[in-house]
Amino acid sequence: MIDKKNYQAFADAHAPKSKIWKNLLFAFLIGGAICTVGQGVLSFWKSAGLDTEAAGSATSASMVFLGALFTGLGLYDRLAKYGGAGTLVPITGFANAIVSAALEFKSEGYVLGMSAKMFTIAGPVLVFGISFSVVYGLILRLFGG
Amino acid sequence: MGKRIGNQTLAMTTPVPVAGFAAVAGKKEGQGPLTFDYVAPDATFGEKTWEKAESKMQRDALDRAMAKAGVSEKELELLCAGDLINQCIASAFGTRGREVSFLGLYGACSTMAEGLGLAACMIDGGFASCTAAVTSSHFCSAERQYRFPLEYGGQRTPTAQWTVTGAGAAVLKANFPHAPCITHVTFGQIVDFGIRDANNMGAAMAPAAHQTLTALFADTGTEPADYDLILTGDLAAVGKNILIDLFASDGVTLAGRYDDCGCMIFDGAAQDTHAGGSGCGCGASVLCCHVLNGMRQGQWKRVIFAGTGALMSPVSSQQGESIPSVCHAVVLEYTG
Amino acid sequence: MEYLKAFLVGGLLCVVGQVVIDRTKLTPARILVAYVIAGIVLGALGVYEPLVKWAGAGASVPLTGFGYTLAKGVRRAVEEKGLLGAFTGGLTAAAGGIAASILFGYFFALVCKPHEKS
Repeated sequence: MIDKKNYQAFADAHAPKSKIWKNLLFAFLIGGAICTVGQGVLSFWKSAGLDTEAAGSATSASMVFLGALFTGLGLYDRLAKYGGAGTLVPITGFANAIVSAALEFKSEGYVLGMSAKMFTIAGPVLVFGISFSVVYGLILRLFGG
Repeated sequence: MGKRIGNQTLAMTTPVPVAGFAAVAGKKEGQGPLTFDYVAPDATFGEKTWEKAESKMQRDALDRAMAKAGVSEKELELLCAGDLINQCIASAFGTRGREVSFLGLYGACSTMAEGLGLAACMIDGGFASCTAAVTSSHFCSAERQYRFPLEYGGQRTPTAQWTVTGAGAAVLKANFPHAPCITHVTFGQIVDFGIRDANNMGAAMAPAAHQTLTALFADTGTEPADYDLILTGDLAAVGKNILIDLFASDGVTLAGRYDDCGCMIFDGAAQDTHAGGSGCGCGASVLCCHVLNGMRQGQWKRVIFAGTGALMSPVSSQQGESIPSVCHAVVLEYTG
Repeated sequence: MEYLKAFLVGGLLCVVGQVVIDRTKLTPARILVAYVIAGIVLGALGVYEPLVKWAGAGASVPLTGFGYTLAKGVRRAVEEKGLLGAFTGGLTAAAGGIAASILFGYFFALVCKPHEKS
């Protein structure tokens, strides 16, 4: 007899499994490839005469640009279908979350649609990132040297 | 009265004819194994927003169904319409401008069966002589509301379903000759077996389908073998197998006569739709083309159309609620 | 050689994310948040710095790198400005990436339109 108590297990037994090894391989290859592109961009900015720190910032901005471009062209989501975390974890994925949300809500206007909804997915990253960094700073100030 | 039999089933005193029916669909659905009255070249249907596209689809499906039934807008007395967008705007905006009494319905993906059932009761009750039911869903408008923006790069889980871009409309008219007729309607109860994963709606809805179909069989004193086709709305591959096994555990076999619209509308392997199709447009567009045409051609005589709906919202999912589901069943018969 | 290092480390950081996706029901937004926090914590503990030195973009392009940038910026600002630095340091260091994502996000959303999926 199937009832509420044993239904979850019953349903799980009917669910096809994720192809985990294939997913891991693609995440590794595509994520690695994006970082390799990043390395190329970093080398470029260094060879253009920027110091390590400035080149790092320029690389972030450039990768964000690429992520935004590929999202706008409708290619990033296709890559992500295979890449999974390989496209999510790099900063290009952060850009994708921002551009895709802004694009989607364009039909609701440029201010309350595009601008307000731009950070619906990526916003928490900034909230937690900035808050934690401030907390870290306070800890340093209070206890650090 | 005597129109209510058993616990949940309503028996029509006079079977209610489905005088005209039509389905329109998007490009991806058009590339699948089924044919529709109209397949749009792209998902915009020539409109600026996805919501407008869905309204247009609904309007178009109903226009085609009315034309096929030879019914004018003046004759149409009541319209039962539904969709998946918040506040049912695809239905309201798609009906705007028509001079017809309007009932906006929300039963998630069960809405076509809900609307058909209500429209049939209105006629059998003598409150109208010509009614219609129409529902729609649109991949792009559903995706942004329930999941992520279209261009967002995310992976779908294997149990996830693909919202069908499509609409189906059926026009019911008393005393219309040589048409498939609605003989029974079973309005379902809300069933929740505790599934929380919104990417596994098939598993959430299967117990509702099981409850309603079991009630229908009991109330009418029938068994699956009495029907040529038993059709659920959008359980898709996962839910379909669960339903088969739920009935098997009761000692009832659905084999050979059971299918699911979500499994029929796409070629799952070639079209990469994971478990299969979903949405109010899924059951509606399969019913209002493939199934009703097949009945007219004598392929099936007695059919159960059981629309299944997962009644969660993004809010309830985020608040950690499980998914309540409902299933409404309509029995159709064609005697030539 | 530095490209190979970037590929390996970047790829491995993504594999960790994929394991989390497939094994838990954690949503992508939560995974991103977890990565940033992990970056800040690892940066604060001084573990991430050597990784960035060794793997370059392989460690700085994943979102843990974003967290590391925040932590590093805060540490320096606190040294230079004291308490105020705790508030300004992180955002200052990450300003380039954030401003770029807002500007490019707005620009591309303006000129492109969403595509239906097939």
